[in-house]
Amino acid sequence: MQTPAEYSMFLALILFVIGLIGLLVRRNVLFMLISVEIMLNAAGLAFVSAGAKWMQPDGQVAFIFILAVAAAEVSVALALVLQLFKTYKTLDTDSTNSLKD
Amino acid sequence: MEVLFYIASVIAIASSVMTITRAHAVHALIYMVVSLLSVAVVFYLLGAPFVAALEVIIYAGAIMVLFIFVVMILNMGSAVEQERKLLKPGMWIIPAVLSLILLVEFLYVFLMMDIGLVNHEPVTPKAVGTSLFSKYLLGVEITALLLMAGIVGAYHLGKREKKVVHRFLKEEGETE
Repeated sequence: MQTPAEYSMFLALILFVIGLIGLLVRRNVLFMLISVEIMLNAAGLAFVSAGAKWMQPDGQVAFIFILAVAAAEVSVALALVLQLFKTYKTLDTDSTNSLKD
Repeated sequence: MEVLFYIASVIAIASSVMTITRAHAVHALIYMVVSLLSVAVVFYLLGAPFVAALEVIIYAGAIMVLFIFVVMILNMGSAVEQERKLLKPGMWIIPAVLSLILLVEFLYVFLMMDIGLVNHEPVTPKAVGTSLFSKYLLGVEITALLLMAGIVGAYHLGKREKKVVHRFLKEEGETE
């Protein structure tokens, strides 16, 4: 029986590309953060499927690290979103170009 | 066995696409939760039950709640209008059906597991914990540092700035 470990690598690739497209297309900073979450999740899926293929716990350990990184990233980024909204009264990233010359 | 994997994958891809195409942030978050749940089912099918539980508890349970809190704090538009729009049945019925499919799939695998539906030997939480606290101990320490930095950074950025009043002016205001 063909194992799904190979296919789940493809699933991780597709999810990563979806997240990347969302990050590039959307201009709402909240949606960009959600897309980054999708990409991080896809990276974790790649680690876990590789770990399942060789039946080693290392992939799951890497996923736990990714989880911690995602939690730290989200907490800081959402604080930044709040600051952005307080300053500009919008979540549109195109409006935050005051550093441009 | 493989059919279950394909169903979960299709749900993951579809809900991710729905996530990045929604106009309203709360709808996107609902679809994101469905996507995370389906990835958790994929983890379970791959023989990683510990990570599947972590995905549901931490990702879908904690990180998404953080997002929802921020959406609530930002509170764009009138609240009553917003809630009326959110409670339209067309908005929650699709995610509900998708997660119901995932639940049925998970229960099926969970109850039939001794027949060998999970075709990998599952990597037990014990093996993960042993590896985490022996081989990757340095990584755990660095992660702890990172989380500490995250806490400090979020506190600093989220702090409400105090209104600066000169102390003489403040005293004047108090005496009057």
